[in-house]
Amino acid sequence: MNSFSKRSYVIIAIFLLTGLIYGARLFRLQVLDPTYKVYATNNVLRNVVQYPARGLIYDRNGKLLVHNKPAYDLMITPREVEEFDTLYLCNLLKIEKEEIERRIQEARDYSLYKPSILIKQIPPEKYAVLQERIYRFKGFHTQRRTLREYSHHSAAHVLGYVGEVTAGNIENDDYYSQGDYIGQSGIEKSYEEWLRGTKGIKKYLVDVHNRIQGSFLEGVQDVPAQIGKNLTTSLDIELQLYAEKLLQNKRGSVVAIEPSTGEILVLASAPAYDPGLLVGRVRGENYAMLLNDTLKPLFNRALMAEYPPGSTFKVLNVLVGLEEQTITTHTLFPCYGPATVPIRCTHNHGSPNDVVEAIRESCNPFLWNTFRSILYSAETSAEGYNIWRDHVLNFGIGKKLGIDLPTELKGSLPKEEYYNGIYGAGHWNAMTVRSLAIGQGELGVTPLQLASYCSAVANRGFYYPPHVVKEIEDGSLDRELKTKIEVGIAEEHFEPVIEGMQQAVEQTNTAYLSRIPGIAMCGKTGTAENPHGSDHSVFMAFAPRENPQIAISVYVENGVWGTRYAAPIASLLVEKYLNDSIADNRKWVETRMIEANLLNPNQPK
Amino acid sequence: MPRRNSVWTNIDWLTVFLYLVLIFLGWINIYSSVYDTDHQSILDVSQRYGKQMIWIAAALTLAFVILILETNFYVFFSYIIYGIIILLLILVLFVGTEINASKSWFTIGGFSIQPAEFGKFATSLALAKYMSSFGFKLKRFKSFVIIGLIVFLPAALILLQNDTGSALVYFAFILVLYREGLSGIFLFFGVWIALLFVFSLVLEGVVLYGLLAALALIVFLALNPSIKQFFVVAGIFIVSFFLLAGVNYAFGSEFSGEQVLRGTSLLSGGMVLIYSLLKRLKNYAFIALIFIGSVLLSISVDYAFDEMLEPYQQARINELLGIESDPQGAGYNVNQSKIAIGSGGLWGKGFLNGTQTKFNFVPEQSTDFIFCTVGEEWGFAGTFIVVILFMVLLSRLVILAERQRSGFSRIYGYSVAAILFFHVMVNIGMTIGVMPVIGIPLPFFSYGGSSLWSFTILLFIFIRLDASRLDHLSDQP
Repeated sequence: MNSFSKRSYVIIAIFLLTGLIYGARLFRLQVLDPTYKVYATNNVLRNVVQYPARGLIYDRNGKLLVHNKPAYDLMITPREVEEFDTLYLCNLLKIEKEEIERRIQEARDYSLYKPSILIKQIPPEKYAVLQERIYRFKGFHTQRRTLREYSHHSAAHVLGYVGEVTAGNIENDDYYSQGDYIGQSGIEKSYEEWLRGTKGIKKYLVDVHNRIQGSFLEGVQDVPAQIGKNLTTSLDIELQLYAEKLLQNKRGSVVAIEPSTGEILVLASAPAYDPGLLVGRVRGENYAMLLNDTLKPLFNRALMAEYPPGSTFKVLNVLVGLEEQTITTHTLFPCYGPATVPIRCTHNHGSPNDVVEAIRESCNPFLWNTFRSILYSAETSAEGYNIWRDHVLNFGIGKKLGIDLPTELKGSLPKEEYYNGIYGAGHWNAMTVRSLAIGQGELGVTPLQLASYCSAVANRGFYYPPHVVKEIEDGSLDRELKTKIEVGIAEEHFEPVIEGMQQAVEQTNTAYLSRIPGIAMCGKTGTAENPHGSDHSVFMAFAPRENPQIAISVYVENGVWGTRYAAPIASLLVEKYLNDSIADNRKWVETRMIEANLLNPNQPK
Repeated sequence: MPRRNSVWTNIDWLTVFLYLVLIFLGWINIYSSVYDTDHQSILDVSQRYGKQMIWIAAALTLAFVILILETNFYVFFSYIIYGIIILLLILVLFVGTEINASKSWFTIGGFSIQPAEFGKFATSLALAKYMSSFGFKLKRFKSFVIIGLIVFLPAALILLQNDTGSALVYFAFILVLYREGLSGIFLFFGVWIALLFVFSLVLEGVVLYGLLAALALIVFLALNPSIKQFFVVAGIFIVSFFLLAGVNYAFGSEFSGEQVLRGTSLLSGGMVLIYSLLKRLKNYAFIALIFIGSVLLSISVDYAFDEMLEPYQQARINELLGIESDPQGAGYNVNQSKIAIGSGGLWGKGFLNGTQTKFNFVPEQSTDFIFCTVGEEWGFAGTFIVVILFMVLLSRLVILAERQRSGFSRIYGYSVAAILFFHVMVNIGMTIGVMPVIGIPLPFFSYGGSSLWSFTILLFIFIRLDASRLDHLSDQP
């Protein structure tokens, strides 16, 4: 035998040692080290997001306002694309050949393997045609999305619109990712959390080229998308449409509230826009158009415009005087008409006047005396001012009402310090700030605040924060909205004021256009001073006098006196709401209001 | 004449059994790695698993033919077979088809055949024939030259076909030579050079030279030097270091610290060598020589790596040694392979449930990276069993080789074991990231007719030789 046969042991040892080392290495790789399992999962699992449909939106009577329509994104996976009929695609989708080539190049630059959106939101009609031929377009597929559709071309400012998320949205809320839609204004924004639903996830296995090979574990780990919650708004869409019709060719707003609940029946701002303009592929173009429109249709005057309340504020001042007992129902103040100092009276009426007459006739001197008596009831004018100011704040003026819409201004109600800053502390008094007595000067209210204040008067001393959503499908409505707020004025003080308001509607020249047969409407006209053109026509009212169903504020810009436009428009809306129709003998008022065109800011006095 | 037994009674059925188990496992793993729901039948010949079934059937037929042929056939025709294969290897350079940048295939009809695969058994036969010839002495220089020619002629031809992996396999014959009496020093130096190669690239020069010096010192002390010798050697080191560092500093630090250390190592090594030679201290001289040689080797490795290798080759080596990692580039294959194997866990994901291999994350998943499918679907349990099966087969082959009475059979047997070992070590090592990515198949597992047939021929010739180990062969004295 060969003398080197012992070396066979060395050779076997080399073999077995190698086997042992590899075994140990495999044990570490497969059993001890968990990282490769994670990598493997990342390699093959693709989570495909399932988009839920947004919740539907109804009006208070169950009429559908906003629903969803399908649209389809044409997706492209550049690597899988083969020669295709470009011309056919261009003709069908009305798109330039160069444009489509540019977009394909963009998709290619983004990723060869991952699908990108080539054409967004193809309407269903075109999708049907495209889908029949899509097998001829290798590397193309469609992805279903939903878009908003509106039953009425109305209430755009309340409903709002949805758009693609911004980088900021994604950063603030990790629910969102690139390409998602989010409510960007109105109810769509403030109720986003409920409307959006919950995205689902479908897990697919993919190969190295990211091509889907099948569902993962037969879908047991998939999370289905949950569709958004349906909302019932407090809007009365018929009344809303009527308000928008009355406001056509005007700038202004209407806010109507149900006083017993704070539910907003109408929230209209003119000029308005068709909410359907901000949907789908035309959205970008239309948005730019609306943004550049000199009439500012995107601007929601009802929540964002501050006007002086004008004479409508007199109701509040009288109530404060009565509550602070600086005047009583028996107090009489004289009026010398245009000769009265420091504030002359432009209204033609008798003298002296009590509370009821003062409200009815909108007597400036009475209000000046009332205001002065309030401020002088305390040690200093500033203290008196603060007493007065607290009462005004209680009515929701000068602070946000907390409406469930994303944009709301708090109005303007200066603090004591404001006047101290201008005149110096102790160097100002009722005389200095006398404009406040008649609702002018530094005061600013939004139409919403005016309507809410009016509903507090209608309720004789309390109001509910106004809101536009009545109910959420799952019943999880914010209870905060239903909290009753007392304004701190004793109930008995309201009767003389309300009597004055009813008389103002029925016994002055306001009655000519605005008195509704058979309905006891209590209102107060006003004129908001406007340094940029004709004054604004203001009116607030509620009806019926007992057990009020509706409180309303109307601003018509450049409408001059409240009696001219605001009061008749309000009366028509109240009549429509309470009677369902306009009496034949008032049809001419309706026609006159609808036909009025006040887009020129300078109107005859 | 001794009694002649039938082939079938003397055949080593254990080896045949291991062979059958391995090809069966290979087949079902190929099925799983390219499994396609449109072609579910494992017998579907339009798919790789169906084709592999045909290759297996052909291989079994081939094995049968090999077994019924007379043993002497292989002995007598060794050189002729070798010559034919060499001719084919030359021919393929001119009329071959290029697949994957290697011009190493004959295409006849729809079939492609790779002559390089058959070079292995032919070379084994020729080597066995030569080394078992009458009067052969390994120690003679002439023997070395001829062995070198036999082994490296096919390797060089395969290298010309641009198939580096298959050429490297021929290094496996060093194991055969070792068994036949090649000094263990060669084996030792083989390992030592490989280690130095790796460490030169992985370690900083300072650390490497430090380690080499420390190692030399330990061996030196182990030889039990006298106090005087110790001080002389230590003195030489210290003096040459300060001398060179001082000179370098004086000339404005022209050279880097590493270069100074290299110089110190070479200078002191040289001085110790001269000292030892003068004092006739053979052992010390030997240590000094190895030390100097190692330093020179590490310098040339650095140089070769930086100056001679292509960037992609540098990238592969960097990736393997963990110097730089680029999982998307040079390291992609190995990384995906490790992910596939690593994700298998202890028990694996189950047959046909592998995701990494099936969805093409792992390249070449049915050929060179078939082991990934085993790892992913059968887990550590599967891979360990496969490793054990190979180890049992290899050990069995060595045992069989040792029981041969003829030198020819023994040498041939060792050649089979060495070639299989090289393939298994490199292929599995590559999939788990301990060997560079050299495209050579896993014996009996990987998809492909040429490799399956070549391993079958290689193995079954030995089984046939072993079955007639009791016969007198022509080379027996």
